[in-house]
Amino acid sequence: MIVTSSTKVPIKKRPSPAIEYALCLYVAGETPKSLSALANLKRICSEHLEGNYRIKVVDLRKNPKLARDHQILALPTLVRQLPSPIRKIIGDLSNTERVLVGLDIKSAK
Amino acid sequence: MPNKKMSLRKRIKRPRLLPKAPTGIQGLDEITVGGLPKGRTTLVCGSAGCGKTMFAMEFLVRGAQQYGEPGVFVSFEESAEDLAQNVASMGFDLKALAARKKLLIDHVRVVRSEIEETGNFDLEGLFIRVGLAIESIGAKRVVLDTLEALFGGFSNTAILRAEIRRLFEWLKQKGVTAVVTGERGDGTLTRHGLEEYVSDCVILLDHRVANQLTARRLRIVKYRGSVHGTDEYPFLIREKGISVVPITSLRLDHTASSEVVSSGVPTLDQTLGAGGFYRTSTILISGAAGTGKSSIAGHFLAESGRRGERSLYIALEESQSEIVRNMKSIGIHMAPLVAKDILRFHVSRPTAQGLEMHLASIHQIIIEYRPRVVVVDSITSLLSMGSAPEVTSMIIRLVDFIKMNGITLVMTALTDAGGRVETSYVNISSLVDLWLMLGNVENNGARARTLSVVKARGMGHSNQTHELVMSKKGVEIKYDAVSGK
Repeated sequence: MIVTSSTKVPIKKRPSPAIEYALCLYVAGETPKSLSALANLKRICSEHLEGNYRIKVVDLRKNPKLARDHQILALPTLVRQLPSPIRKIIGDLSNTERVLVGLDIKSAK
Repeated sequence: MPNKKMSLRKRIKRPRLLPKAPTGIQGLDEITVGGLPKGRTTLVCGSAGCGKTMFAMEFLVRGAQQYGEPGVFVSFEESAEDLAQNVASMGFDLKALAARKKLLIDHVRVVRSEIEETGNFDLEGLFIRVGLAIESIGAKRVVLDTLEALFGGFSNTAILRAEIRRLFEWLKQKGVTAVVTGERGDGTLTRHGLEEYVSDCVILLDHRVANQLTARRLRIVKYRGSVHGTDEYPFLIREKGISVVPITSLRLDHTASSEVVSSGVPTLDQTLGAGGFYRTSTILISGAAGTGKSSIAGHFLAESGRRGERSLYIALEESQSEIVRNMKSIGIHMAPLVAKDILRFHVSRPTAQGLEMHLASIHQIIIEYRPRVVVVDSITSLLSMGSAPEVTSMIIRLVDFIKMNGITLVMTALTDAGGRVETSYVNISSLVDLWLMLGNVENNGARARTLSVVKARGMGHSNQTHELVMSKKGVEIKYDAVSGK
């Protein structure tokens, strides 16, 4: 499921212990880079995480404060919030191998 | 009035000068003829510990305090707390400025280990962040210290360089006056060649140790569209910020006074065409040991004390009590002047501090005490430390500073017994308005002291060698020549 920080619908706080991967993608507007990063992320997740994930997209153009609060420099940045520890990946996520390594995901069997 | 019209037309015809943002850093605005290029980026580079961060911070603090220009400090290395602590020693209260929205410190952490790169990216996050900081306080000045830390955080340097170039363009569009610091590289100004992207102004700071003495230097490598001093200028980091001391001021516009004050020795006044010393002039008294250099200086101090003017005695060889006792033996009473705070002693052995610190402390006391007369006894003891050119430049800076403050300066210099003039004094002599040379002459088994006027700017003077007599009543100059009789 995809939640955008800018949507007015409140984020459903579903206490779902089943979800293992909480991912947050920081972008700045709908640039080609951010669109391809999101597309790549969705593809990788659906191929390797089998629904066991949640993606949140943060648009720093709409929430510029978060750039400071979350120490974001490069865009797009993908942050793995869960499982801990936090991990950061930058770029358009076009290199699937490195995304998997970065997120520490064991390739699907 | 036709004259007025002329000057008005002249003013209009003059080409528009590059607008500048004054730094408020002592001495720097003089060298740069007004400050850093306004609305543009200046690169400040140098090796570790050269004072880049201090420079950048003072630029912001002065901007906020004196020129009403709020500033953003983007720190890639130190945290806001560390920065505040480091500059507190210079009297900068960052927290107070931040509370008044005059200053914003943003600590950008760059840690490579937590960043995995997977394809194309940009630094828009940094842009958004700096942009927000600028907007939130209406900043007119921005510091990036040091941007090169980014090279430690990202491995794709091609993207990084393109983004840095874009960042500088973006800062220009924002209209902020920016200072970017960079670490000195091997054979290049900065390790990662930031100078390629900054075309307007580049300032190099240097910190070197010679003869166990550290010396800081500042040089303007480049300043497009502006005249500037091209020398290496010594600078100090003092309690009140950075102070750049121009070796030779670009402007020689301290007003020459035609007011004459007595030297305190009436017979000496007679040998000088003007009838005494010009106020705000620089007087050098040179001579071998025991020829009466300090005594003449002492008379002058006592005389200005009589006029109720404050004087400062910078004693580099003797202690205060020694000087007071010795002066008393020739009828000069200093203790009452000291008691009234009309005379102050600054006693220090130059070797106790570095040259730079020494100069700084003298500056400090002159600024605080505001004397009309300063005696340096003797500059020779300064020469005992460091290499001669360094000392000469220090003395030149001191003389310049004292002149600009409208103070009459008396320096004594020790020469060898033959009265041979040291080459270093020759360098100094160009700064000196009046030069008295003292000596000893053996005559029929008796030793006689002599005085001659080597040079006296702006006054006629006796060309004779006079006899100098010292008694309980002090120094007296005999008008008839000792030699050539």
